[in-house]
Amino acid sequence: MNEPAPGKPDYIKIQDFSFHYGSKQALFDIRMDIPEREVTAFIGPSGCGKSTLLRNLNRMNDLIEDTRSEGDIFVNGQSIYDPHIEVISLRKRIGMVFQKSNPFPKSIYENIVYPLRVAGQNSRAVLDETVERSLKGAALWDEAKDRLHESALSMSGGQMQRLCIARAIANRPEILLMDEPCSALDPIATVKVEELIHELKKEFTIVIVTHNMQQATRCSDKTGFFYLGKLIEFSDTQKIFSNPAKKQTEDYITGRFG
Amino acid sequence: MSSAHHDDSLTRTHAAHGEPLVWLSAMGLALGMLMVVGLLGVIVSHGIPVFWPSPVLEVTLKPGAKNPVPGGGNTLTGTLVQQRSKRAPVLDADGHRQADQTEYQLFVGNKDAYGVNFAFVDGADVEKIEEPKDIYVIERMEYGIAFGFPERITLADGRTVAASDPGFADALAEFVAEASRRRNEIGTIEKRDIGRINASLNNLKLKGRGSEESKIEIAALDERYNKLAAEARALRAVQQSATLTYKVPNGKERSLAAGDIIGYYQANRLGFFQKAGLFLHNIWSFLSQDPREANTEGGVFPAIFGTFVMTMLMSIAVMPFGVIAAIYLREYAKQGFFVRAVRIAVNNLAGVPSIVFGVFGLGFFVYFVGGSVDQLLFSDYLPTPTFGTGGILWAALTLALMTVPVVIVATEEAVAAVPRGMKEGSLACGASKWQTIQRIVLPASLPGILTGLVLAMARGAGEVAPLMLVGVVKLAPSLPIDGEFPFLHLERKFMHLGFHIYDLGFQSPDSEAAKPMVFATTLLLIILVVLLNLTAILIRERLRKKYSTGAF
Ligand SMILES: Nc1ncnc2c1ncn2[C@@H]1O[C@H](COP(=O)(O)OP(=O)(O)OP(=O)(O)O)[C@@H](O)[C@H]1O
Ligand SMILES: [Mg+2]
Repeated sequence: MNEPAPGKPDYIKIQDFSFHYGSKQALFDIRMDIPEREVTAFIGPSGCGKSTLLRNLNRMNDLIEDTRSEGDIFVNGQSIYDPHIEVISLRKRIGMVFQKSNPFPKSIYENIVYPLRVAGQNSRAVLDETVERSLKGAALWDEAKDRLHESALSMSGGQMQRLCIARAIANRPEILLMDEPCSALDPIATVKVEELIHELKKEFTIVIVTHNMQQATRCSDKTGFFYLGKLIEFSDTQKIFSNPAKKQTEDYITGRFG
Repeated sequence: MSSAHHDDSLTRTHAAHGEPLVWLSAMGLALGMLMVVGLLGVIVSHGIPVFWPSPVLEVTLKPGAKNPVPGGGNTLTGTLVQQRSKRAPVLDADGHRQADQTEYQLFVGNKDAYGVNFAFVDGADVEKIEEPKDIYVIERMEYGIAFGFPERITLADGRTVAASDPGFADALAEFVAEASRRRNEIGTIEKRDIGRINASLNNLKLKGRGSEESKIEIAALDERYNKLAAEARALRAVQQSATLTYKVPNGKERSLAAGDIIGYYQANRLGFFQKAGLFLHNIWSFLSQDPREANTEGGVFPAIFGTFVMTMLMSIAVMPFGVIAAIYLREYAKQGFFVRAVRIAVNNLAGVPSIVFGVFGLGFFVYFVGGSVDQLLFSDYLPTPTFGTGGILWAALTLALMTVPVVIVATEEAVAAVPRGMKEGSLACGASKWQTIQRIVLPASLPGILTGLVLAMARGAGEVAPLMLVGVVKLAPSLPIDGEFPFLHLERKFMHLGFHIYDLGFQSPDSEAAKPMVFATTLLLIILVVLLNLTAILIRERLRKKYSTGAF
């Protein structure tokens, strides 16, 4: 139903994916193709399964006991549920920013280089370079460059969230997953993060969950609308917001929704 | 833990039921505090004065006093131990109860002269109490304190200085200083030099197995041994032939070999600062010296050292063991019936009487493990056991076993309190589970783990019963760590403050004389435990500042 833009092949293919928490089914037969180096937004009312789907893209839900999935997800043509694939190496290719910022109780510097450290990279020059690049990328360099070795926990909430973004892009992942990255940010920081998303999409494939319709229109190329665990509509952002195909979508984006 | 939650429910009950519950819990706290403060108060008030020099009294009795006077005569000289009022035992002729009487207990010292250390005096029998200015208090290697008036000193070459000579005070000081210098010298020769020779001799005899070179070496060592022994003998002879002659208060003259004198002072001539100096000096000797006289005199240094080393060894053993077990239970094991059962078992382990651990330690560590180690590595020394008998290692391991539940429970709680988001963040960065535990979970839960260790150490350092089975002794010939290779002697028996208290209070021949030592040692043990805890708490606070996420 949605033709990939020329030169932008589908990068993540989700095929008839269903997901259960114990006896509760959270996702129903999701099918969507997320193109490379574009921003895809997930919208929908609270509890509809956006986070669940996002967390499945890097198999974060493996950690939760008693879960079950059907269907398959392909990243760059390879199934992530393939028993031969290493979850760890998959996660190394995918950066993630969580709904609630979760900096480690380490210095700012160590937070950012953490993905490199666990990958065995300890060269000072590489680490220094990464810190500068990532902090600049997350629009945090000016604020943090003089306190790199202070605890990350001494930062403000918005700075922490941007630090988590810096950490997520530190190891140059191919995909960046962001779960409501701006929910804890003030308008100025939000603008900064949105600018950042614009920057980053030149390099990364970005999936972002948001409750903010303006944000979705401002920074995404494609939008998927979820409702009660089902993908109701998925197409170009412009089309969704100007001319939605489904009644439910229209109700939601115009705010007429329960 | 979830203190916010608790407070919440508390205020709600408070609002619902009014004050009583708050009062009740406040009372419980107050009661607990009162007990702690009371206990500490008793120990401190009895433990501290032990070191403060008290005045020496001379009590003159009325003729015809009932109580026997040690050494005869009608005066008693000594320090006041306690003064109490005694119920009159009988009714008088008219059937009236007599008035209550005061009774004094005096420490009269001079046990060699009198045969006893203490005397009781009825208040009614006392004619007068004075503080004789010239009395000397002499601390001796044997028989404890002597009270007396010096007559003269006789040097090893036969010269004498009489007490009436103007230079006597200096001469006595010099005399005692010389004696203690010689004692140190003897100690060095006998303990260190001869000890080393003996160690090499033993080695040669076992390893050399009668070869020619070893015989030559043994001969050389023997010669050195004889030379050192002769030196020590000569010094000892001097210690014996130089004497201090003094008069005990009831008139008899006695002489004391220089080697037996530790120190002296004129108790009734001391000013406040001199007393304070003596007080500090006494505390220092208590902390730094070896015990004498069946532990009732001298210091407790070996016991402090033994307690400390044992507690450290225990911590080294219990930390990794407890932490690994807790990490497995919390992070790796599949939560279910089995893990729940294990958890309950671990918790119950904390309630097992400590003597049971002692018996287990004796059977398993000492006889089984130690016996096997001896068979394998020290068969040369058999049938004398090396590890197959109680020792500091087995004691530490036994206590580690006893305190491991504390560490496991604390670690589990600390690990569970690490926010889930933080672990997910680490995994999302491509860290493996083990990397996450090692780099994120463990550092963040370190404060909680240290809390567990503090509790374990507090319990381990104060434990006595199991130690009696696995290696603690009344008097250990050598410390568990010394200058002799391999420096840390895990197989050695050791002394322990807790056991020292038990031994002094209940096993010593003169428990009355040991009472001050019991209080002082108890005070010391408490201080040691508090210090250990404080150190751990300080470390924990610093860590908590660094990783301010843990719930502890
Ligand atoms: N760990 C879990 N265990 C059981 N059920 C869960 C778990 N996490 C989520 N769910 C359920 O799955 C459904 C989808 O949750 P999800 O977190 O994906 O919603 P969401 O769309 O991200 O909502 P929000 O916008 O509020 O973040 C919800 O009904 C939720 O109750
Ligand atoms: Mg969500």
